[in-house]
Amino acid sequence: MNKKLLKQTIFFQIFRMTSALVILFLFVMIWTFISNGIGVISWTFLTDMPKRGMTEGGIFPAIVGTVYLTLGAIVFALPIGVASAIYLVEYAHEGRLVRIINSAIINLAGVPSIVYGLFGFGIFVVFLNFGTSILSGSLTLFIMILPTIVSASREALLGVPKSFREGSLALGATKWQTIRHMVLPYALPGILTGAILAVARAAGETAPIILTAVFFFRPSLPRSIMDGTMALASHIYYMATQHHAINLVRPLTYGSVLVLLSIVLSLNILAIVIRTRYRRRKNW
Amino acid sequence: MKEFLIEKFLFASSIFSIIVVTLIFLLLFSQGILGFREISIIDFLFGQTWQPTSLVKAEFGTVPLVYGTAVVTSIAMAISVPVGIAIAVYIAEIANPIEKEILKPIVELLAGVPSVVYGFFALVTLATWIQQLTGTNSRLNALNGGLILAIMVIPTIVSLAEDAISSVPREYREGSMALGASKWETIKNVTVPSAAPGILAAVLLGFGRAVGETMAVLMATGNAAVVNFNILDSVRTMTATIVIETPEVAFGSLHYHALFGVALLLFLITFVFNYMAGVIMRRYGRTGR
Repeated sequence: MNKKLLKQTIFFQIFRMTSALVILFLFVMIWTFISNGIGVISWTFLTDMPKRGMTEGGIFPAIVGTVYLTLGAIVFALPIGVASAIYLVEYAHEGRLVRIINSAIINLAGVPSIVYGLFGFGIFVVFLNFGTSILSGSLTLFIMILPTIVSASREALLGVPKSFREGSLALGATKWQTIRHMVLPYALPGILTGAILAVARAAGETAPIILTAVFFFRPSLPRSIMDGTMALASHIYYMATQHHAINLVRPLTYGSVLVLLSIVLSLNILAIVIRTRYRRRKNW
Repeated sequence: MKEFLIEKFLFASSIFSIIVVTLIFLLLFSQGILGFREISIIDFLFGQTWQPTSLVKAEFGTVPLVYGTAVVTSIAMAISVPVGIAIAVYIAEIANPIEKEILKPIVELLAGVPSVVYGFFALVTLATWIQQLTGTNSRLNALNGGLILAIMVIPTIVSLAEDAISSVPREYREGSMALGASKWETIKNVTVPSAAPGILAAVLLGFGRAVGETMAVLMATGNAAVVNFNILDSVRTMTATIVIETPEVAFGSLHYHALFGVALLLFLITFVFNYMAGVIMRRYGRTGR
């Protein structure tokens, strides 16, 4: 019996160490970026244009580009994703079509981001002739984050009790009125969580925008959605591997990583907080 | 009338996913197939040399690229599968509530870190550690790519495997404990085997993610398209090839079509693995039974 317990303790400790090691890795990584990057972070770094072949100055155009690309993606993805989820949960009848739609969504979620990139390049940049532009990049990211939004919205809608709908319908509301007033408001936190996570993912994506939207360096801010842009994620890649003076710009690269990481992790934390609160408050 | 239009819009939105999947496949297929008018499929799949821009003789053999992807993915899976399952078991069965509250969000944050950030960490820090430990000449190599990829795949495996383990019915555990098994014996002999289909699905999805991962391996592996059978040598994956070469390729050239061919190959590989994971999850439900 004692041998049994000893074995158990040993294994449990191994598992615990493994978990601790992964946490440690995350902290070491974040600490590396903070300790090396915090020195260059300043108001001018965030709001200035790059100067002298990007060896000095700030990353303002990259931040602006990331915001445009991400907003563009979510503007398309949110309505279509939520609408798709509403159809699947509230209107569709179990059957072949729903099965096909579901497997399409699962497959979209598994397509590598670089394949989305090449798809966006082939369709938007070349075939539709949008060129290397914010529009091409946003549309590519939109398709990429669509499955995330659909799945999150669907889970959220399924979480609203059936009795809410029945009560509303019994009072004479139409189907859409019921969805609009009795279902969507309660599914909103779940949908929001999904949307925030999708935005975080889009902001960090690099490969798809390299093929569709960004330039190594662009001396001015984009003026329309048909302009190409700089973006944080691609800026990090270029500065880390393609710049002519990689070692000289290393501190700036650390700074850019820190900015991107802060944005993305804050969004992730926000999503976790919303979800936890909402679960706690849910009392039906 | 309004209700009718709304329903049509909702319907159209949900059809959109099907259209996109079909379009992706059609585009990759139609553009990739054009390359095979001049490159034989045999040469493409079994050719030993990837030299698309050579002026003397352009060659489009994907063996070095598939090799690169295979090596990096194997290293990543060899680490992330045991580690991922161990963490999933720990969270689901062993951890106290406080540890659970800490571990779960951290795994989510790990999943949220952009791949370019992982890539940069591999490039500047991990590569140095590996070089100091092994004394390798090529700082950027397959091991570096595999290790960073392992970290990236772990959250996928943990969250799905943890779902599978947590949804094993309570009675299974109680039955085992009532027969005098220790907690560890119950985990080893009852809980994990019952959750096996779900864990397998988690591993398959992790594999799909590893094969398709781009930026981190691109920045970590050094990108030499050679087959040396040494994990301390540089390799180049299929995904990295597409990122490096697409921005410079001439539209409609043989090289252009060959890149779509590589993407088609990638799409088919991930499709098969995701499909298998889907089938397993559907057949056994998400309960792990």
